[in-house]
Amino acid sequence: MDYFIELLFSGLTRGSIYALIALGYTMVYGIIGLINFAHGEIYMIGAFTAFIVATVLSIYGFPLLAIVIIAGVAAVLWSSAYGYTIEKIAYKPLRHAPRLSPLISAIGMSIFLQNYVLLAQTSDFLPFPMLIPDFEFMEPIAHIIGSTDLVILVTTVIVMVLLTLVIKFTRIGKAMRATAQDRTMATLVGINVNNVISATFIVGSALAAIGGLLIASHIGQINFYIGFIAGIKAFTAAVLGGIGSIPGAVLGSLVLGLTESFATGYVSSDYEDVFAFSLLVMILIFKPSGLLGKATNQKV
Amino acid sequence: MKQPILNVTGLSMDFGGIRALNSLDLDVNNGEIVALIGPNGAGKTTFFNCITGIYKPTAGDIFLTPPNSSKKISLKGLKPNQVTEKGLARTFQNIRLFPKMTVLENVLIGRHCRTKAFIFGAIFRTPATRKEEKNSLETSYFILEKLGLAGFANEFADNLPYGAQRRLEIARALATEPLLLLLDEPAAGMNPQETIELDFLIKRISGEGQAILLIEHDMQLVMSLSDRIFVMDYGKKIAQGTPAEIRQNPAVIKAYLGEEVDA
Amino acid sequence: MVSLKELKKGFFTSLWFVFLTFPIVVIKVDPIERTVMWRWQNALYMAAGTFCVYLLVKYFQNRKENQSSNENKAQTSSLIHRALQKPLQRNILFGVVATFAILFPHLFSTYQTNVMTTALMYVVLGLGLNIVVGLAGLLDLGFVAFYAVGAYSYALLNLHFGLGFWTVLPIGGLLAATFGILLGFPVLRLRGDYLAIVTLGFGEIIRLILENWGEFSKGPSGISNISRPGFFGMGLNLEQSIHYTYYLMILFVIVTIFVVNRLQDSRLGRAWIALREDEIACQAMGIDKRKTKLVAFSLGAFWAGIVGVMFAAKTTFINPASFTFLESAIILSIVVLGGMGSIIGVLLGALILILMPEYLRALSEYRMLAFGAILVCMMVFRPQGLISNIRRTYKFEKKTN
Repeated sequence: MDYFIELLFSGLTRGSIYALIALGYTMVYGIIGLINFAHGEIYMIGAFTAFIVATVLSIYGFPLLAIVIIAGVAAVLWSSAYGYTIEKIAYKPLRHAPRLSPLISAIGMSIFLQNYVLLAQTSDFLPFPMLIPDFEFMEPIAHIIGSTDLVILVTTVIVMVLLTLVIKFTRIGKAMRATAQDRTMATLVGINVNNVISATFIVGSALAAIGGLLIASHIGQINFYIGFIAGIKAFTAAVLGGIGSIPGAVLGSLVLGLTESFATGYVSSDYEDVFAFSLLVMILIFKPSGLLGKATNQKV
Repeated sequence: MKQPILNVTGLSMDFGGIRALNSLDLDVNNGEIVALIGPNGAGKTTFFNCITGIYKPTAGDIFLTPPNSSKKISLKGLKPNQVTEKGLARTFQNIRLFPKMTVLENVLIGRHCRTKAFIFGAIFRTPATRKEEKNSLETSYFILEKLGLAGFANEFADNLPYGAQRRLEIARALATEPLLLLLDEPAAGMNPQETIELDFLIKRISGEGQAILLIEHDMQLVMSLSDRIFVMDYGKKIAQGTPAEIRQNPAVIKAYLGEEVDA
Repeated sequence: MVSLKELKKGFFTSLWFVFLTFPIVVIKVDPIERTVMWRWQNALYMAAGTFCVYLLVKYFQNRKENQSSNENKAQTSSLIHRALQKPLQRNILFGVVATFAILFPHLFSTYQTNVMTTALMYVVLGLGLNIVVGLAGLLDLGFVAFYAVGAYSYALLNLHFGLGFWTVLPIGGLLAATFGILLGFPVLRLRGDYLAIVTLGFGEIIRLILENWGEFSKGPSGISNISRPGFFGMGLNLEQSIHYTYYLMILFVIVTIFVVNRLQDSRLGRAWIALREDEIACQAMGIDKRKTKLVAFSLGAFWAGIVGVMFAAKTTFINPASFTFLESAIILSIVVLGGMGSIIGVLLGALILILMPEYLRALSEYRMLAFGAILVCMMVFRPQGLISNIRRTYKFEKKTN
């Protein structure tokens, strides 16, 4: 029974991380219909930025709390900047191009960013500092759920709530929803669509950066390739829940995280990635609209 | 002797809770020009999409009968390419040409379902394949000449002026040797001069024996061309008859103009 | 030339990029030694580099705007196409290329010959993917899976049953083609993005299975001691074998170009292009989209399989690491760079993308970076590729009927 609960929390933790990344995918797809292949790399860059800033600060002797906060802010800041820039360079010029073009551009951007970090930094696995200490009150249940897991879960919940509030109640949130539904109409009612799209990328990237920071603390190491696999899995989660749907992304992420956790815990851990890919393939073939999405008919 | 080429009975189409087509009956005879008219949203294009296999109708029968034959071919449940093979070809409300292919190649595509060459023929260019290609080219060019597009033959389709593009869609559909040609708003976006030319063109095509079913909003064109007219509103047939009959039909007038308020 | 306003914008753009890339490019930490290296010169390079690139881009954009817009629309034949039209120029061009190709192994070292053979393999791979992506418009990101099927079929058949190269060559191709159909079936209904992701998923699944199913594929350590291609049963030493492989690849390339050329200009080829241009209209004109898609997948896969067999025979050792998504991306880059649907384009693309890194040895670690940049730049600036799409023009005499 203990094992089951341990797997349960492990699954929820995984799911939370996927959710933070999946939200970026689903928001961008909802607003411009593009699968942002490079989103995983934004996550990776967030983790790297946090790593670099945290290590520098710790070498210069800053206190732990300051390091956590500054590294977190830095990760969010720079990831957002990358998200914004990538959109302007690789996607905006292709907004009216045939569908294949921005997709290929996104793949190119993904490869470019991976190698950019590889060349500018290193191909080694870098040890990520333990930014989250073991809380004393977690002592008795530490074997089921660790301090880092708790922080991840709590952070994700807070972020979700904030995001939902923003989307539902703020002007920019409304503008995002309007642009996602009908871009032309949004322009006609005076929404600055370019700004809204940029804002979407920024928010998505910020979330991914938080995810990057959290997972790096959790696993303890990073390298330039972590974006690829995390990206694919988060994308799977977004599609599973219904691409374009924010609650869908969260639901899909939790389902994926839990199923992965239980599958690797009870069956085998070798085929973990195969399982995620297979799930992705199955959904896209049999129910592309996902759990919460609606099947759209193409008008002839 | 009247011989129906197309016979549609009881055609219904539901989209979720919405009944887009409600038990529609329609027939087209050999050599006729039949028009399908009705206010926007009446379900005309949905009707085309149902009989050409793009949608699967909820109920009803669709039969195609080649001229001088008693064999009725059911189109129900067939895929769009099968429908075209059987003898129904269409144009689209919003032009759907192949933009980065030449005008001639667009029409050649229409020959696809009447020719056979496959991988082996393509790679080894057997005499049979070469003869087939030559025939296709000649037939396609001939159709282009008939529709006044021969001068554009080697141009990219998306370079053509609008009126020419609409004619190219018709040419492409004709290349499939259809038993019945479906035209979806062929005059949409045309100026009066182009519409007059279209009138001549359609009459010429019909004069060669081609049965035509068209959806159109331009009433002058409809009245000039049609042998018979079917009127739809809210997915149902509300009237059918000759142009003269339809012009005076109260139900039709009501559908288009609303109820008359007597002064 | 360039206005003051643009200079200012360029300046601010380069400042932005210096800021953007600061943590990753300027700072380098060693967590074990606890040291920080501040590479300030990189910031300078970044500033200067972005400034120049920005101005260059603006310059070309201005130039393009000033040219008449009609030029783009008409069928502009590039230099190469015009050269190919005139018979004399065409024959001279072919003659030069052919002589060079035949003499190559004797003019250059075995290492260079090997590199050229690799480039030729990528030409065939590019032509195969060109059928799927360039002609039929199906974005297949898992193409490498068919390559792997070919390679592993030869490796395993050679290992377990001692079958030779020439025996397995058609088998590898047909096996890959079968996989192509198997992959094609589930994705028949999918559109662009979803198709791309599913094919990527398939590619990765195949690789992961090869990596993890050790009993079948020998896992990450791969299969070695694969026989080289046989020459009428005679044994060849290393140099002769390399030359032999090179000439075989030349032959393959010629055959492939011939076949693809024939396919492009046929009823089937036109059906593929119609499918790419407008799937719904294509069906409405009587083309069976399922059959057309499946044939595209299987033919493309067939070629990848053939090259896979050759790859296994040439390198005599294969393992799953050669068949990553990155390979698919490289082959895609070749097709995109060359110009989707253009045979000459794919040829040029493969030669450029595979040979350049070899001859620019000093910059070879920037190879993948360049791939990524090329994909983005091609899509933004020249989506039609190096060689734009030229359709066949037909001449008709006036018929008197």
